[in-house]
Amino acid sequence: MRQFLRRQRYLIDYSLSALARRPGKHLALLLVYTLVVFLLASVMLFTQSLRREAALVLAQSPEIILQRQIAGRHDLMPAEYLDRIGRIRGVSAKYGRLWGYFYDPAVRANYTLMVPPPGSPAHGEPAPGDIVIGAGIARTRGLEVGDYLSLRSARGEPFAFRVAALLPHSTELVSTDLMLLGADDFRRFFAFPADRFTDIVLQVRNPREVRKVAEKLSLALPDTRPILREEILRTYDAVFGWRQGLVFVLMGGMVLAFVIFAWDRAAGLSGEERREIGILKSIGWETGDVLRMKFWEGAILSLTAFFLGYLLAYAHVFYLSAALFEPVLKGWAVLYPDFRPIPFVDGIQVATLFFFTVFPYTVATIVPIWRTAVTDPDAVMR
Amino acid sequence: MLLSPAVLALNGVSFTVTLMLVLAAGFALQVVRHWDLTSGSERQLELERRTYLIATLVTWSFAAAVVSLLLFVYNAEQMATQFVGAMCATGVLNAHPLGWPTLFLKILIFFAGAAWLMLNRLDNQAPDYPLVRVKYWLLLGFLPLAALEAGVQLGYFLGLDPDVITSCCGSLFTADGDGVAATVAALDPGWSLAAMYGLGLSVLGLGTVHGWRARRGASGVGFALSGALAFAAALAAIVSCVALYVYEHPHHHCPFCILKGGHGFIGYWLYLPLFTATALSLGVGLISGWGHIPSLTAAVQADGQRFTAAALALFALFYGVATYAILTSNLTMTGVWW
Repeated sequence: MRQFLRRQRYLIDYSLSALARRPGKHLALLLVYTLVVFLLASVMLFTQSLRREAALVLAQSPEIILQRQIAGRHDLMPAEYLDRIGRIRGVSAKYGRLWGYFYDPAVRANYTLMVPPPGSPAHGEPAPGDIVIGAGIARTRGLEVGDYLSLRSARGEPFAFRVAALLPHSTELVSTDLMLLGADDFRRFFAFPADRFTDIVLQVRNPREVRKVAEKLSLALPDTRPILREEILRTYDAVFGWRQGLVFVLMGGMVLAFVIFAWDRAAGLSGEERREIGILKSIGWETGDVLRMKFWEGAILSLTAFFLGYLLAYAHVFYLSAALFEPVLKGWAVLYPDFRPIPFVDGIQVATLFFFTVFPYTVATIVPIWRTAVTDPDAVMR
Repeated sequence: MLLSPAVLALNGVSFTVTLMLVLAAGFALQVVRHWDLTSGSERQLELERRTYLIATLVTWSFAAAVVSLLLFVYNAEQMATQFVGAMCATGVLNAHPLGWPTLFLKILIFFAGAAWLMLNRLDNQAPDYPLVRVKYWLLLGFLPLAALEAGVQLGYFLGLDPDVITSCCGSLFTADGDGVAATVAALDPGWSLAAMYGLGLSVLGLGTVHGWRARRGASGVGFALSGALAFAAALAAIVSCVALYVYEHPHHHCPFCILKGGHGFIGYWLYLPLFTATALSLGVGLISGWGHIPSLTAAVQADGQRFTAAALALFALFYGVATYAILTSNLTMTGVWW
């Protein structure tokens, strides 16, 4: 065993010095290799962190949202439906929610207006005339705590709200365009009917009962549609995975080009390199040794490129907020959330990335390396 | 079809491995037909050179297959959120009839590849390559297996439909279900544990005897068989008993959740030694039969002893970890099981 390890150490030593002897040739390959890893890793880390962010956000949301539908369109929920639902076993809380969108022509952006649900964690229902706003609104309208925000209500009258607080920065991805206000203000501002809610939410403690509760709801209130949290989560998961896969398919061309490049590099040995192999074989190296040496060379190159690319991608995504693809992956919006994803590295990502970069490189170089290794010493030295 | 990067990677790897093996098999066929070590012809020289290429291709295919086995389980674990009712890898594998066959084929490829590489290593130690034809015939058998695995896996991923309601591990492994998985869970924990330890003792005993007698050219087939039986018994015991102690829950039989961080990654400490030890014991059985060839006698003895020792150490590690998991668990089944 010790002899085996020592042998590998000498081979690595030799490969390193061989790499150092021709820095130009290997640097070009390293650069391209690192770039390929960097791009793929960035996409991966970014979508993965979006996925996690969505899961974290949804973890706090209610298990079931009940929407009323008329002719297949979303409609306001009559308050009496809360009574019609009655007591369903397993439901620990149910209440109507008030929320909606408001287009602000001054900044040409949509705000989400919402009455905080009872028992919401950070802020209770704001006092009449007060609002709590997200960081995006504060930024675009230049608002601070204590300032007034004037908006035109549904009846055309101006409505002045006092900014009582700003929502924490950590929730910006979801709260950037959010404006929390009291129920009476909400109803007056939108001229919202007094006996209606936007929708109803139900909390179910036991996850195994959620589907049964949803089934009972759709039987009791046939004109409504229950939306489950797990369904939303599943959809997010599928959508993010799908987007990521789509980008990877598009980048498949890039990987293919890289493979051809690597093949070409490995196949096109310079006369000097051929002579080197010839000399090695004539002083007693076997074909197997040359193969091993060449694979160590590949491994050193691959690992360097992989770690460099991955670290760069990590910095790009988690410190620079994925500046390169943010617009593509996050969609477009006027109130752009300035969010820093939570750093997160996951074994499955690394393994997948490895299969997309190192594996194709290795496969592409097997045959050229073998061809090099079996050359006759006299043929190349003659 | 689920278009996630891990799924793309898994399919890409399986088809690339199949392609590499097709290439290797093409060369292997020529070697099988024209190999003649006594000849100094150009063709023979070319064939001798090709053996390096074939060995390299198979080694990399095997390495890729091992990582792809891990990635497959990981990926199944991660996809659990996309299926109604699936709570872990079990539910995802259950979501389509080809899920379990894919996993079993991957495990089979792992064992076949490991045994082949050990045979190849043995053959390369003799100057006259006496096993060249044997190992390349075996390689030709390896190819359909890899192709089948690639096809079955593709079928599985194409057939996965995130809306299918699947049973999670909780319902799949309950004792009153049907199917293979349920049968394993319904095994009496006492019996399965007795089988695990009994076969463990037999594999450790036979291994020690074989390690002792390998120098005299003893057959390792008994050791290999007991290794395979111990492997099956160990998996059955994990599902029916050991996992319950890890989860500290008398009805949670899932063999995959023990890989999670919440259980201290103990699954890796169980599966890695168990799989490696079984592969080594199978390899010992395969190589021990060639001691009668004069140029291989010394290599068979040396390799046989080395691999047997490694297999014994790893089996011992597995039984140690399993015993540790049971003894340190807060789950008490005294009066119920014992």
